Amino acid sequence: MSEQHSSPNQAASAAFEAEIQMPSIEHPLREAARMFARNKAAVGGLILLIGILLLTLVVPFFYTVDPFDLVWAPLSPPGTENVPFGTDYLGRDILAGIVHGGRATLAVGGAAAILAVIIGLSVGSLAGYYGGWVDEVLMRITEFFQVLPTLLFAMVIVALFKPSVATVAFAIGVVSWTAVARLARSEFLRIRSLDYVKSARSIGSSNRRIIWLVILPNAMPPLMVQATLAVGGAILFEAGLSFLGLADPNVMSWGFMIGSSRDYLMDAWWTVTIPGIFIFLTVLAVSLIGDGLNDATNPKLRER
Amino acid sequence: MANISIIVVKRILNAAALILAVVILNFLLIHIAPGDIVDTIAGEMGGISPELIAEIRADYGLDKPLYEQLGLYVLRILQGDLGHSFFYDTPVVTLIWDALPQTLLLVITALSLALVIGTIFGVIAARRPNGAFSHLITVLALVGFSAPVFWTGIMFLIAFASFFPLFPPAGMAAPDLQPGSLDYYLDVLHHMVLPVLTLALIYLAFYSRLSRASMLDVLGSDYVRTARAKGLSERVVVYKHALRNALIPIVTIAGLQFAQVLSGAVLVEAVFTWPGLGTLALEAILRRDGPTILGILFFSSVVVVIFNLLTDLTYNLIDPRIRLGSKE
Amino acid sequence: MPERLLEIEDLRVEFKTRDGIAKVIDNLNISLQTGETLGIVGESGCGKSMTALSIMGLVPIPPGRIAGGRILLDGEDLLQASEPRMREVRGNEISMIFQEPMTSLNPVYSIGDQIAETARLHEGLSRADAMARALEMLRAVGIPAAERRINEYPHQMSGGMRQRVMIAMALACKPRVLIADEPTTALDVTVQAQIFDLLNDLKEKTGTAIIMITHDMGAIAEMAQRVVVMYAGHIIEQADVGQILTDPRHPYTQGLIRCVPHLTQTPSVERPPLLEIPGVVPALSQLGSGCSFAPRCQYADAKCRAEMPPSTAIDSGHDVACWLTEREAAA
Repeated sequence: MSEQHSSPNQAASAAFEAEIQMPSIEHPLREAARMFARNKAAVGGLILLIGILLLTLVVPFFYTVDPFDLVWAPLSPPGTENVPFGTDYLGRDILAGIVHGGRATLAVGGAAAILAVIIGLSVGSLAGYYGGWVDEVLMRITEFFQVLPTLLFAMVIVALFKPSVATVAFAIGVVSWTAVARLARSEFLRIRSLDYVKSARSIGSSNRRIIWLVILPNAMPPLMVQATLAVGGAILFEAGLSFLGLADPNVMSWGFMIGSSRDYLMDAWWTVTIPGIFIFLTVLAVSLIGDGLNDATNPKLRER
Repeated sequence: MANISIIVVKRILNAAALILAVVILNFLLIHIAPGDIVDTIAGEMGGISPELIAEIRADYGLDKPLYEQLGLYVLRILQGDLGHSFFYDTPVVTLIWDALPQTLLLVITALSLALVIGTIFGVIAARRPNGAFSHLITVLALVGFSAPVFWTGIMFLIAFASFFPLFPPAGMAAPDLQPGSLDYYLDVLHHMVLPVLTLALIYLAFYSRLSRASMLDVLGSDYVRTARAKGLSERVVVYKHALRNALIPIVTIAGLQFAQVLSGAVLVEAVFTWPGLGTLALEAILRRDGPTILGILFFSSVVVVIFNLLTDLTYNLIDPRIRLGSKE
Repeated sequence: MPERLLEIEDLRVEFKTRDGIAKVIDNLNISLQTGETLGIVGESGCGKSMTALSIMGLVPIPPGRIAGGRILLDGEDLLQASEPRMREVRGNEISMIFQEPMTSLNPVYSIGDQIAETARLHEGLSRADAMARALEMLRAVGIPAAERRINEYPHQMSGGMRQRVMIAMALACKPRVLIADEPTTALDVTVQAQIFDLLNDLKEKTGTAIIMITHDMGAIAEMAQRVVVMYAGHIIEQADVGQILTDPRHPYTQGLIRCVPHLTQTPSVERPPLLEIPGVVPALSQLGSGCSFAPRCQYADAKCRAEMPPSTAIDSGHDVACWLTEREAAA
C-alpha cells in the first residue's frame, strides 16, 4: 500500500480494517481449548474421567473395606445387604475391589503409556529428524516390534520375570510404542523440511535445539492424541494380562478381579461384569478425550 | 514388469531378516531370564547333584560361549526344531502344528468378516457423513475400541450361552463327533459363532471407522469430482473410482494389525476355551513351559511376517504407484 | 446472429455456513454463444467456480442450495433436469477441466482407461473402440508417443501432460461447452502458454464454446472474446475483451488490470506503478445491503455503502454495476 504515513490516511485505513472485519487471530492453544469445550462428547469424556479419578483416588479414604478381606458369603449377588455389588467366589467385597483396585489399573496404564511415549518419541523423532541410515536402522527395529504379537510378547516378559505392577507396566510399554514412533517419525519428517526449520538451521541452531524447541512443539498436537490413545490401549492391555492370570496377585486391580473370577462367570455374572464396566468406562473416557483433542487440534476437520 | 520381481525379492529378504531377528530375540530371552532350562529340570527332579547339572549343561551346549550357542540355536530352528516341551513331553513343533489351524480359522474368519463388513459400513456411512448411520458407526467404533475384548466375550457367554443357551460355551466341537463328517463341521461352525463374533466385533468397529474416514477423504478429492463431471452414475463414482483408492489405507493398516488380531485371539481363546495357540500359550505360561511359550512367540511372529508379505503384495496390486516403483 | 447456446438467468446459489446463509451467487446473468470463449474473472471466493459447478449440476447440496434462476442449454433448463438427464449432459454436452491436474486424475487407473470411460459411457463404444478414441484424443492434445503413454498412470506424467489428458478426457465426446476452471494456474508459465494454444486450436477445430474461469487478466487477454468480471457473487462488469482491457469502468476491474504489469503498455512507455487492490474479499455471509466492493473502493461514498448498484449498459455490450458511472453521467 502506498498510503501509510499521514494521519488521516491512518485513520481511514483503520476504519477500513474494521469494516472488512479481518478474522481475529487467536492463540492456537486457546482456539483448541475452545473447540474442545464445544465438543459435547469430549467434555463428557473429561467429566467421566474426573469421576473415575475421584472414585479411585478419593473414595478409598471413605470406603475402607479391605478388598482382600472375606467379608460376606461367597458369590452373593449384587444388592445383598452390606455388599451392594455382591461378593466373589471367596466372599470378597466387589465394591471394595472396584474402589481400591482402580489405582493399580490406572497406575499401570499410565506408566506403560508414558514408557511407550518416551520410547516411541525418541525412536521416531531421531529417525524422522536425521533420516538416512539412522532412520533405516530405527525403522527396522520398529518394524521388528510390530511383527511380534504384542500380547504374547508381553506374556513372555511377565512370565519370565515375576508378575508385579512394575513388570506388567514395563512389558506393556515395551510392546506398545511402535504407533507413537511411526507418528513421531512422519511428523518430524514433515516439519523438518518446513521453512521455519530451515531458517532456524540457517541461523546456526544446534540439532538439539531444533528438535526440542522448534520441531517438537509443532509436532505436539497429533502426538498428544496418540499418547491419549496409548493410555486407553495400555489399560486394556493390563486388563487382558490380568484376565490371563498374569497380574500381581498381591495388588488388587480391576483386571485381577476379572481374572480371578474367570472360572465362576457362568454362575456369578457380576464378578466379571462389574469390573469390566469400569474398565470400559475408563477407556471410553480416555478415547472420547483423545477424539476431542484430535478434532480440536486438527485444522482440516474444523470446518466439517 | 521386472520391477515387480525385484520388489518381491526385496520383501522376501526383508521378511527373512525379520524372522532371524525374532530367533535372536528368543535366544536372548532364554538367557536373560533368571534361571535356565537346567534349573527347571533340576527343580522338577527335586534336587540333583552338581555333577549331573554340569552334565546336562554340556548336553544342552550351555557351557559353550554365547555366540556359539546362538549359532547352534539358529541351526536347530532352521531344522524345524523348536525344542521339547517338558510339560507335554512332546516336541514344541508338534504342539504348535496341532493348535495353529484352529487359531488361523478363528483369526482369518473374524478378520475377513470385519474387513468386508467394516468397509461396506464405512462406505455407507461416508455417503451421508452426518446421517444417523454415520453417527451410529462412530458410536459403535468408540464402544468397540473401549471394551476389553475378553470382557465382550464374557458378556456374550453370559447372554448367549448361559441366559439364552443358544450356543455352546466352550470348546470347538462335541468330543463324540469324528472330524470329516458333516455333523462335525456344522458343530464347529456352531462353536465358532461366539468367539468369531467377539473377535470380529472390535475390528469391525475399527474398520468401519477407518473406512468411513478414508472414504470421506477420497470422496472429497479432485478426481472424484472429475468422475462426477464425466457424467458417471453415483454408484460407479463411489464403487469404481473412490473405493479402490479408499482401500489403500485400509489394506495397509489391516496388514500392520495382524499381530494385534493374533493377540486378541489369545484372549478370545482363553474365554471360550478354544483349542488354539492362545490356549496353548496360556497353559504353557501357567506351567512355566519355556520352550513351548518361546516356540509360540516365534511361530506366531513368522505367521505375522508371512501375512504382512501377503498384504504388501495385495497392496501392490491395488496401487500402481507402488507397483511401478515410483511412489511420490 | 450467433446462436445462444447457454444462458444463465438470475441464478442464485446459497450456502449454509456456521455464520448464517452465504449468497455465493446472486442474480447472475450470463449468455454464451456457439463457438465463443467467455472469460469469467475474479478473485478466489467470488463465485466463479460455483458458477461452473452450477452449470454442471454439481453444487454440493447440502450445504449448498440453488435458490433460484434458470440455466438454459439450447432452451432446456438444466436446473429442472432430472439427475439421469444431467448425467447425460455431463462429459457429453458440457465438459469441465479443473485447476489441479496433479490431483484431478484418478491415481489407480491408467489414463487410457480414464479417457475411454467417458466415450464408453456416453457413446456406448466397445472397449477397443473407446481405447482407439482415447488414443486419437491423446494425439489431438499433443501427447508425444501416445501409443505408449496411453497405458501409463497419472503419477508417471508431468502437470502439463496431465492437464492435456484432462482436456482429452473432456473433449472425448465432442461437447458443445467446455468449462475450464483455472486450467493453468497450477502450471509453469511456459506450459500455460502451450495449454492456451491447445485450447484455442481445439476450439477452432471442434467449435466447442469455452467458459474460461480465471483470476488472471493475462489469461483472459490470450483466450477470451467476452469477459464477465465477478465480485462477491455478483457480476460487476461485462464487455468484450477489448473494451475491458482498454476501457475498464468498474474500479475493481481497473484494479485487476493494474495488477498485471505489461498488458496495455509497450515497454518504451513509462508505465504507471503496479498497484494492488487493498483488502480481501469480504465473507459472503457478512455482506450488507450496499455494493460489496465498497469497503475496498477508493471512490466509495455513502450511497455505495447503502445500496447495491444495478447493472447498467453504458455502451453496446458493455454493462457495469457501479454508482460511479451514474455520477459521471450526471456530471
